[in-house]
Amino acid sequence: MSNVPADLSYTKSHEWVRTLADGTVEIGITDHAQQALGDLVFVEVPEAGRSVKADEPCAVVESVKAASDVYAPIAGEIAAGNPRLAAEPEVVNAEPYGAGWLMRLKPSAGALAAAALLSAADYRKLLEAEGSS
Amino acid sequence: MARRTPLYKLHQELGARLVDFAGWDMPVQYGSQIGEHHAVRRAAGVFDVSHMAVLDVRGGAARTFLRQLLANDVARLKAPGKALYSCMLNPQGGVLDDLIVYFLNDYWFRVVVNAGTRERDLAWIRAHSQPFGLEVTERTDLAMLAIQGPEARTKAAQLLRPADAAAALALDSFFGRELGSWFVARTGYTGEDGFEIMLPAADAVPAWRSLNALGVASCGLGARDTLRLEAGMNLYGNDMDESTHPFESALGWTVALSSQERDFIGRAALESIARAGSARELIGLVLEERGVLRAHQKVLAAGGQGEITSGTFSPTLERSIALARVPAGTAGRVQVEVRGKLLGARIVKPPFVRHGHSLI
Repeated sequence: MSNVPADLSYTKSHEWVRTLADGTVEIGITDHAQQALGDLVFVEVPEAGRSVKADEPCAVVESVKAASDVYAPIAGEIAAGNPRLAAEPEVVNAEPYGAGWLMRLKPSAGALAAAALLSAADYRKLLEAEGSS
Repeated sequence: MARRTPLYKLHQELGARLVDFAGWDMPVQYGSQIGEHHAVRRAAGVFDVSHMAVLDVRGGAARTFLRQLLANDVARLKAPGKALYSCMLNPQGGVLDDLIVYFLNDYWFRVVVNAGTRERDLAWIRAHSQPFGLEVTERTDLAMLAIQGPEARTKAAQLLRPADAAAALALDSFFGRELGSWFVARTGYTGEDGFEIMLPAADAVPAWRSLNALGVASCGLGARDTLRLEAGMNLYGNDMDESTHPFESALGWTVALSSQERDFIGRAALESIARAGSARELIGLVLEERGVLRAHQKVLAAGGQGEITSGTFSPTLERSIALARVPAGTAGRVQVEVRGKLLGARIVKPPFVRHGHSLI
């Protein structure tokens, strides 16, 4: 049911990662994650310049129902948080892989290679195993 | 395995997300929870509330018994069909449940209690009714639909025969009556006008489909919760329970102490609390910053600490609102610890929203 674009990498905690041309990575939550959360009403993204470790909580997405942490998939320095989401959190529901990106991050040396990311095929398997694809 | 209402298969067919609620598989939402919320504020929505327990109390001593069982006084119910909201207390004055009781005739009262407390309530009521020689029947043969919103009554009336429709539309607020095999009441839990209809289980699915066909939106428990919180209505288990009494739960208005000879369960405890004054009170909060108030967040007030009992994002007000239990006399502004940060909130008197309009 949920959309899993083939050109992205994923985490077990339902973030996606897109490598950009300048070497930074763009990070968001997956279509499955936004569906599970329901209508988002509050998103807090990290400030540019903040250093994050892999698996460190660095953003918050809250729906009417619940609050959920978003974890840094890769160690590095935050290049930007998506400024649009403060006023329009619902963009994450509408375009989780596009305008609803949460943050851009400059990976630390070697961090991208060290990150435990999943391919689209593996993430799909994870969703199937969770009984929620 | 979780219990299922007669509408379970229909919820699945309609694409509902089903979750466990008090041991029942219940729809939390069908599509957008906020969309369902707005449907009720602006037009009409239907909720499956068949998980709630309908108990019929029959016998000549029914009124005498209920005057002892409940903190509100069923002697206030004089006109047939009239409903009363009440707490049922333990001897310490703690709230065992909140419920609605309908006076149908001198030999028949109908009580509707929460799903989460169903078994305990039934055991409590049966035990205390023993000396009165009453018949207490759990109406598991009935389903219950809540149709709520400014267009709810006119839409729901279209399910009835013309004579019954006229009778239903003539009901005053907080009255119900039997219309054929259906019991139609002008009550609800959303802050909007509407009906709650108890009907034979076999009628539930066709009624729901007809309502959908009339443009009444299927709504889940998610929207029900944001609607009731905007309406400033307590949720049992969140805003009050056995460990809290009505005076610290904004339910003092439901406690009838005036009739001196009426010795209801919990009365002695409540009288001593009333004499001393309650140390805590339940108030409304509006968050003045971005973020979402949630149950169990800590409230910092001038007079001491408190706690959020229910919190959410209000789709109508587009900001976060909450109920919180704080030291008595707290006024003005407080701070709430939200995910490690202190955010400013303003105390308001609930309801936050009534009949589609902001009251804050």
